[in-house]
Amino acid sequence: MAYFLQLVFAGIAQGCIYALIGLGFSIIFKASQVINFAQGELLLVGTYIVASAVLNWHLPFLLALPLGLLVTVVIGLLFERLVLRRMIGRPPFTILMITIGLDIILRTLVIVGWGSRTIPAATPFSVTSGFNVAGVHLGSSDLWTIAVTVVLCAALYYFFRHTRYGLAMRATALDQEAALAIGIDVRTVYALAWGLAAAITTLGGVLLAIDSLAIDPNFGNAALVAFPAIILGGLDSISGAVVGGVIIGLTSVLTAGYESRLPAVIGTGLHEVTPYLLMILILLIRPYGLFGSRKVERV
Amino acid sequence: MIATREHSHSRHHRQELPREAEPPRLLGSPGRWLWLGVGVLALLLFFSLAGDDWFTIVNYCLIAAIATLALNLLSGYTGQISLGLAFFMGLGGYTAALLGGNPPVGPLDPWGLGLPVFVWLPAAGLVAALVGALVGPSALRLRGFYLGIVTLALVFIGNYLFRNLRFITGGPQGRNFPVPTFGSVSLDQQNSLLGIALTSGQQYFLLMLLVLLLSALFVYNLSRSRVGRAMRAVRDHEVGAAIMGVNLFEVKMGAFVVSSFLAGVAGALYVSYARYVIPDYWSLSLSIQFVAAIIIGGIADVWGSILGAAFVFALPQIIDYFSLLPPSTGGGGLSSGDLNALLYGLLIIVFLLFEPGGVIGLLRRLRPTARRLRPVGAGVGKAAVNEGGENIEVVDLLQHAPESGEEGRGPRGGRTS
Repeated sequence: MAYFLQLVFAGIAQGCIYALIGLGFSIIFKASQVINFAQGELLLVGTYIVASAVLNWHLPFLLALPLGLLVTVVIGLLFERLVLRRMIGRPPFTILMITIGLDIILRTLVIVGWGSRTIPAATPFSVTSGFNVAGVHLGSSDLWTIAVTVVLCAALYYFFRHTRYGLAMRATALDQEAALAIGIDVRTVYALAWGLAAAITTLGGVLLAIDSLAIDPNFGNAALVAFPAIILGGLDSISGAVVGGVIIGLTSVLTAGYESRLPAVIGTGLHEVTPYLLMILILLIRPYGLFGSRKVERV
Repeated sequence: MIATREHSHSRHHRQELPREAEPPRLLGSPGRWLWLGVGVLALLLFFSLAGDDWFTIVNYCLIAAIATLALNLLSGYTGQISLGLAFFMGLGGYTAALLGGNPPVGPLDPWGLGLPVFVWLPAAGLVAALVGALVGPSALRLRGFYLGIVTLALVFIGNYLFRNLRFITGGPQGRNFPVPTFGSVSLDQQNSLLGIALTSGQQYFLLMLLVLLLSALFVYNLSRSRVGRAMRAVRDHEVGAAIMGVNLFEVKMGAFVVSSFLAGVAGALYVSYARYVIPDYWSLSLSIQFVAAIIIGGIADVWGSILGAAFVFALPQIIDYFSLLPPSTGGGGLSSGDLNALLYGLLIIVFLLFEPGGVIGLLRRLRPTARRLRPVGAGVGKAAVNEGGENIEVVDLLQHAPESGEEGRGPRGGRTS
């Protein structure tokens, strides 16, 4: 039972990370109907910069983190301004492909700059820190992850409900032309969405790196696991991304925890595909996700 | 009554737009014969003069070109985003390995039936097509990004299966594959064909070239047929296509299945040429390389597919061949693969922004005969761009078929070549 609770706790913490990364996708998709395939590599660049800042340049973690966020936000804003703004109205195929172009460039730059070897991740916590409750070890990194996610979601909720720019973003998501007509600057909204998404995703990435202790150039693939999370929750739903993320995190961690007890036929690595299997299942039953609106793209 | 009206209607169209009903023949003009001659001559020169290293580079490139054609059929002509090409290639590769592989010696060896190439090559395509037909109905209900994400999931699920189905794939360490043989002729030895002694590389080259030629002709002819027009209609405007009587599901399924077939064949050829296969080869980055190939080469174009494959898959090898850059050590620094990846990442963005027709679109635009027709096309293109996104279909049509005459859409109704 303690083992199960331990897994549930770890699953929720991991789910929060997927939720953060998924929020990045959702915010951009909601604002501009674009799936940003380069999200994973933005996260990769961010975590490498934070790791370098701490390990090579000996900056304190709390200074390194904003530096990493700043760099990815600038990359996101530049890409939005210089490339995506020219692509408005082009088919989704073209836009997805162009973000794949950015994805390739960023990943290669990381390989060129840092090499393809695994490097240790920056972490402000020691592995064993935390405390025990009823035989369950609550690690401080996991606790912080959950706390950061909860605070951030509350902040986002307030932002989208009660601030000028948050309302502008929701209006744009609802009807771009109507938003333009009532004087909302849609360009600012796009830029805001990209900056916000880049920052949140990078934060998720840094937390994930703390969790996994080491990073390599494939680390960006972690963001792909957020796809099942947002599809599960509904691509255009912010709260859906969070719920989807937690469900995916729980499934993945529980499968990993009990994998050795499953029949040998299952083999190894099942936990890496359970998120995708779950996603395909949900697409068959409810293609618009648990919380998404029904007008989702479907033939 | 209705039938008669429809009939007369279509005849009316036929008279007005004869080119629409009869697409130009493949080798209908002297210019095309000339290009064919030049091409054959270049191939013969390469064939007789190139060394073994070059054959290795070019043969891999020919295999990649087949897979690129497969993706172009699905994404370029039909407009369905797919990141799952590596999965279908892997299916083909392992089908070939199972059917054509050596029978196991020890209890831990993967299975193999030792069947000849005539069996495993088509079977590889058929198995991939069959899985495509099974996955298709649920995947193709989804559009745009959703389809991209589902096909991405296929790559990960495939990788899990490939790593765990040890009796077929040999597990993460992979398995080897015997030399393909035609009767008593084994492709890794020198053999003579019609009295000419051929090296191993040359024989593989002929095999790959034959398969590529068949695939290219198939895709080319398909694209000019009624089905091809339906595919483009689906890509450019789904609702419009449906209103015109195109069965969306049938067209998408057809493209998906045929594309899977070609990908399977390419995967089988890769395995038979590399003679070794590990599950990690069929990764997402492989799929993405093919996406890069169709965009750089040219969307919805046979020559574009071949050029794109050459660019993405041969360039790093050529840079390595001339040792222009230090080999990759894993410790950072620019290696040939990195340079190439940077280049094609950048080119994807540049081409999509400025020349969505890819290299082939650029070449066609520079052709003197095409320039004569240009004022009409260029004017419309510019107008559409100026209007922002509204007229995107117009832009796309022009970009995808810069040679308006070839599709009989040119106002002058003339051929451009």
